[in-house]
Amino acid sequence: MIKEIEEKREVTIVFAGDSGDGIQLTGTQFTNTNALFGNDIATFPNFPAEIRAPQGTVAGVSGFQLKFGSVEVATPGDVCDVLVAMNAAAFKVNLPRLKKNGTVIVNIDGFNARNLKLAGYEVSPLEDSTLADYRSIQIDITKMTRAALEDSGMGKKEIDRSRNMFVLGFLYYMYNRNLKGTEEFIKQKFAGKDDLIDANIKVLHAGYNYADTSEIFTSRYNVKAAQLDKGEYRNIMGNQATAMGLIAAAQKSGLDLFYGTYPITPASDILHELAKHKNFGVRTFQAEDEIAAIASVIGASFGGKLGVTASSGPGIALKGEAMGLGVMLELPMLIINVQRGGPSTGLPTKTEQADLLQAIYGRNGEAPMPVIAAASPSDCFSMVYEACRISIEHMTPVMFLTDGYIANGSEPWKFPNSNDLLEIKPKFAVENNQNYLPYKRDEMLVREWAIPGMAGKEHRIGGLEKEIDTGNVSYDPENHEKMVKIRQAKVDKIAEDIPLQNINNGDKEGEVLVLSWGSTYGVIKNAVKECKEEGLSVGHVHLRYINPLPKNLGELIKGFKKVIVPEMNNGQLVKIIRDKFLVDAKAINKIKGIPFSTAEIVSAIKGEEELV
Amino acid sequence: MSEVQDVEKVKLSPKDFATDQDVRWCPGCGDYSILKQVQSIMPDLGKDKEDIVFISGIGCSSRFPYYMNTYGMHSIHGRATAIASGLKISRPELSVWVITGDGDSLSIGGNHLIHLLRRNFDLNVLLFNNEIYGLTKGQYSPTSPEGKVTKSTPIGSIDHPFNPLKLCLGADATFIARTMDRDPKHQREILLRGNQHVGTSMIEIYQNCNVFNDGAFEVFTDKGTKAEETLYLEHGKPLIFGANRDKGIKLDGFTPVIVSLEEVSEDDLWVHDETDRTKAQLLTNFFDNPSLEGHLPRPFGVFYVEDRYRYEEALEAQVEYAIEKSGKGDLDALLRGKNVWKVD
Repeated sequence: MIKEIEEKREVTIVFAGDSGDGIQLTGTQFTNTNALFGNDIATFPNFPAEIRAPQGTVAGVSGFQLKFGSVEVATPGDVCDVLVAMNAAAFKVNLPRLKKNGTVIVNIDGFNARNLKLAGYEVSPLEDSTLADYRSIQIDITKMTRAALEDSGMGKKEIDRSRNMFVLGFLYYMYNRNLKGTEEFIKQKFAGKDDLIDANIKVLHAGYNYADTSEIFTSRYNVKAAQLDKGEYRNIMGNQATAMGLIAAAQKSGLDLFYGTYPITPASDILHELAKHKNFGVRTFQAEDEIAAIASVIGASFGGKLGVTASSGPGIALKGEAMGLGVMLELPMLIINVQRGGPSTGLPTKTEQADLLQAIYGRNGEAPMPVIAAASPSDCFSMVYEACRISIEHMTPVMFLTDGYIANGSEPWKFPNSNDLLEIKPKFAVENNQNYLPYKRDEMLVREWAIPGMAGKEHRIGGLEKEIDTGNVSYDPENHEKMVKIRQAKVDKIAEDIPLQNINNGDKEGEVLVLSWGSTYGVIKNAVKECKEEGLSVGHVHLRYINPLPKNLGELIKGFKKVIVPEMNNGQLVKIIRDKFLVDAKAINKIKGIPFSTAEIVSAIKGEEELV
Repeated sequence: MSEVQDVEKVKLSPKDFATDQDVRWCPGCGDYSILKQVQSIMPDLGKDKEDIVFISGIGCSSRFPYYMNTYGMHSIHGRATAIASGLKISRPELSVWVITGDGDSLSIGGNHLIHLLRRNFDLNVLLFNNEIYGLTKGQYSPTSPEGKVTKSTPIGSIDHPFNPLKLCLGADATFIARTMDRDPKHQREILLRGNQHVGTSMIEIYQNCNVFNDGAFEVFTDKGTKAEETLYLEHGKPLIFGANRDKGIKLDGFTPVIVSLEEVSEDDLWVHDETDRTKAQLLTNFFDNPSLEGHLPRPFGVFYVEDRYRYEEALEAQVEYAIEKSGKGDLDALLRGKNVWKVD
């Protein structure tokens, strides 16, 4: 039967199941296929904190949300058009996200008595009125998969592992996509295990064919390629982009990359990515703890390398004293915080941007440090590169902030050519200068970097206060005050070396300015667009450089009657804005471990939201 | 980084390694002797000044780098070992010396010390053990003996102390030795041995704090008691000690016993073998309180030496292997990845 093709501009799908169901893999494959097809796309994996939470429970639900479109896609979507639920718990957790009249695809086998009980259902939601407002497609995916592999000689448990391929095949049919990319992926993943390759490809096709022949659909859907800027694209996740930005900065500065870190969610993937690229001269070091991680970085930086460490909030807290040493030593080094819900262990797998004040102020004494934040998954590349540039050229530790949302999220990336990246020039001590003074500064207040091996420039540095120029230990009161001011002025001067702030979206002046930073960029962009379409007077400024702030920010703020600052915290940037500019900025806060929705921002712009 | 010099290099003298900074330890501190010995061996390392780095943590001993005219860092409490790890990975060719104390390396920095030892970076750790917190003016340390009365333990310490070398051997150190501030000749010899060892050289130095813990090691240094209380280890030589060199150590199964050489032949004594790990463990147990009846003498010298791969070399080998296998990294190929689509 030939089915009609129905065009869609954008579609949001949520895949949900047990954390062992291969949900993340299914989502990633579907993403890659659509990205390669040319859709604009944004993804948001949402997994439980436990690696293998009890099967079938609400706590163990793993989700992967993606939005793909023929139009610009700035966020993974507020609500979904399609929900794929592998069991009752996954259904229960995610149903609230499904649009009215949306499609829910359920695996019937995941709704047996045991599953229902674990999910807390007395009556199966497939049998009562729960699904009245939705279009439901109920398939016994387990049975179908087992049938497809009846003759494979594989055990039930093994067979059930490829159920996700059935789902993928089914959706590929539904959205008129081809199976080639995923077939290639299967061949690579199971290289050398022909039986597994055959089994997975077979089930993938079984899902596709089932959708084709079962007459579930009268029409298929098509989402055309998006009209992105001309050029070449790839799909990229935030942590991956961060890792690549580090390698790029190392290559362009001529410094070897040393990455010392301790495993922590959600930062570990940066380590995993970098560890694969030792052929770039990358040295990764999994230290014994967070403090050792940053300490090893200080050692590497002292030795003339690009030293980088990464962690999340709790680990960053542990690194505080060593960051202070970095500030005193005035050596280049980068500290990355992939933020998560806090305080303490908090919500390890959920997102939050509540470490901004920690980043800016969280050290003993007056210890100013530049702070830079990425706005989206691919922006991690550009901004970590900038963070490295500033660190190296200004001889200072720099804090780079991302969060779980953009670290694990992905989007198409118009990757740069390496020739187009800004040069990075380390401030090595001039070779023939035999009167090297470790704390003598240039006009940007940057000292010269003499590293072991440079003859005639042997010197000692440390955490004790330094005498101006010589760097010798000094307890002189005048000297200390001057040095505190110099270290601050040095960071402030970086404002001369960063771009002026743009109005990112909407009006250049008017009623409401939405001032934001970090991973909220996409959703605020959407919200501002919506408000503009309704004729509201609203502008959007999104900060990537937070310390120091762009020089013209005060001017931009003055162009608006009202400033609102949406943050996934209890109000942090808003404090800084009030402090620096003495404006009555309003805080808009969401502290739920999940990103803002467009609707929430829209109502904040309209002044409907309760303001703090 | 050093340039080839036109003029042949003149051998440096210990004075070349002194800085213009006033040495600020208390008069009479054991640290002076260690500084002197370290400066004295520097010309013999076979390294240029600029290729030597001293890294310390926090504490009295950690002022050390300021007095060495090499590259140096006075860092933060307990972390010198971790900083040195990163430096050694980055610059394997440098001669790296970690200066630390009993509080710095065994209390706040205990974790980093054991991990440094198992990784076996090629560097030297000089642990100045004075069994007290000096810089903070006299609290007991993790090596202070039980019952020690200090400012923080007015009724006596109830903390059971570490046996540092036993701990280090337990962490799979590949070179462990003990020496003391009051025996410069022995100190010099051990420092040179430590420098020769390729791997982490762990040298504990008994160091007298004449202000807050004066005489902690007096029984080992005092002329009247030294010969009876100390046991100088020499590879291949029997364990003999005593004012008249008339006592020896014999193994009765795994139990060391003190014997009189009038009754037992030298041939029956325990012969020190630096490469014998089991016996090294027994030697680290020679840690009795000298006031106890029948206690064993305290050993000084090299307890144990083992040749094991160095972390930094293994990492370099991995980098080389990765380059051999995948070719030198191509940034544009990395940025591009494998799945690219074009928008026209």
